[in-house]
Amino acid sequence: MEDAARLLQLVVNGAAAGCIYGLIALGFVLIYKATEMVNFAQGDIMMLGGFVAYSAIAHWGVNYWVGGLIAIAATAAFGYALDAIVLRRVIGQPQFAVVMLTLGLGFIFRAAAGITWGYDSVGFDTPFTNKTVKLGGLILGDDNLSIIAGTVLLCGVLYLFFAKTRLGVAMQASSQNQLAAYYMGIPVRNVFSMIWAISAGVAAVAGILLSPVSMIDVNMGFLGIKAFAAAVIGGFGSIPGSVIGGVFVGIVEQLAGYYLPAGFQEVTSNIVLLGMLFIRPQGLFAERMGKRV
Amino acid sequence: MTEALLHVDAIETFYGPIQAIRGVSLEVAPHQIVTVLGANGAGKTTVLRTVSGILDPEAGKVVFEGKDIAHMAPDQVMRMGICHVPEGREVFPFLTVRENLMMGSYTRRDSDGIAKDLALCFRYFPRLEERQHQRAGLLSGGEQQMLAISRALMGKPKLLLLDEPSLGLSPILVQQIFEIIRRINQEQGVAILLVEQNAHIALKTADYGYVLEVGRIVAEDHCATLLGRDDIKEFYLGQKEAGVRGQRRWKKRRLWN
Ligand SMILES: Nc1ncnc2c1ncn2[C@@H]1O[C@H](COP(=O)(O)OP(=O)(O)O)[C@@H](O)[C@H]1O
Ligand SMILES: [Mg+2]
Repeated sequence: MEDAARLLQLVVNGAAAGCIYGLIALGFVLIYKATEMVNFAQGDIMMLGGFVAYSAIAHWGVNYWVGGLIAIAATAAFGYALDAIVLRRVIGQPQFAVVMLTLGLGFIFRAAAGITWGYDSVGFDTPFTNKTVKLGGLILGDDNLSIIAGTVLLCGVLYLFFAKTRLGVAMQASSQNQLAAYYMGIPVRNVFSMIWAISAGVAAVAGILLSPVSMIDVNMGFLGIKAFAAAVIGGFGSIPGSVIGGVFVGIVEQLAGYYLPAGFQEVTSNIVLLGMLFIRPQGLFAERMGKRV
Repeated sequence: MTEALLHVDAIETFYGPIQAIRGVSLEVAPHQIVTVLGANGAGKTTVLRTVSGILDPEAGKVVFEGKDIAHMAPDQVMRMGICHVPEGREVFPFLTVRENLMMGSYTRRDSDGIAKDLALCFRYFPRLEERQHQRAGLLSGGEQQMLAISRALMGKPKLLLLDEPSLGLSPILVQQIFEIIRRINQEQGVAILLVEQNAHIALKTADYGYVLEVGRIVAEDHCATLLGRDDIKEFYLGQKEAGVRGQRRWKKRRLWN
């Protein structure tokens, strides 16, 4: 019984960490599906979102929810501008150029954040910090639960947006067939910038949800590497797949940390990624039809 | 044709350094079907892309309802009333048939009109109504062509640009689709600019025709007249006489220029 409870606790903790990976992965995937660019700065955008929330909540004394919204909106606007000003110019360039550009942007963001907010870890108070709920014999942290609940909620909102709104469907359309979208009079470039905005906004949500669990610092964006594994496991093209992939990585990582010798936890995501690439390189949720018919 | 709906005037269009269109002029009157015939690579698609604003011409004018639209963005051109059915159909494969159709009306805001036009499309192509909740990528080639035409109709066009709707379809299906194209033209009063390699069906469907070769118009006339011309018969209708084809082609081209 105690073992079962222990296991469940590990699974919940892992799922919470996995949700964060999943949200970053979701950002990777949205951008990749639309523009075939892999944005290696996604994790660093999460870091920026976290810092903006920190400034708003800890410095300006804004309420947690309002501060969160400010941070999400500001980060989304930043994502839009990033595409409109910088990344739009490299569409059609070799993949290598895009990789170098986004890696470089990651460096710049970390440096800029270090100059602005310093290199120390910071944090802010949230309604979920240091609280627990008891479920049967289980003691679960509000922080972890809030991450899971926030992720589920956000995924639901995104699903409704992409499936039911005209702009959301137009985003799907532009991702599936850019040329045809131009023929329909869809302003494809702006639509792509809006996809960048959504990805950045989602990253900011991840940064804010993460803040009761872990401090915000300049290097927190390196989580993006685990998110990358999550995206690949999810098939790098499937939105639900990326979140499920993230949760999978998170849980495996937790279990490895508990049951395997020290040191394994940190490399688990890489091992899972490698294993995946050997066994099922198209990912668990690869779309079966080609992009173009 | 003094009151042309569309007047293309000596356009020159490039892909990077490659000149694909070398001074093409043509006209489409309201309610008319005009066809541009040409072999593969002649520049038919490029002409349509230049009209719909996907490509900008380096020289020349594209005048629609008296306005030069040559350098307008595609969405502005659509709002003016020009809708494009692209070569190879280019449906959105993972969207449903219905969602594809709604994308055709992306630039519109009149939801009543949109609903009416959706019903209209389903009337012309009942198959699409049956399959409206299926992914477009799962449709057959003919159904995808129907969808591409309907999607363009959802933009409420005054002028419909059709790029090789016969491509890859069985002769019977081609007959059916062109029958409906003619009906759309007559019943909705939509003018049509149709580019085709299949000269037979195009000349039977259209009122007026142009012949495009390597980026230039080399002949134009009423379709009935073009159908009767020996050179057209030989090179575009496949009724060739045995022997010196290449030489004759050369001579005729000299005559045209
Ligand atoms: N995207 C492109 N880039 C470069 N050249 C192109 C491109 N598309 C077409 N061309 C060239 O332009 C010319 C006309 O092509 P196109 O308009 O597609 O002809 P058609 O539709 O009559 O088959 C051809 O020589 C073709 O090779
Ligand atoms: Mg063509």
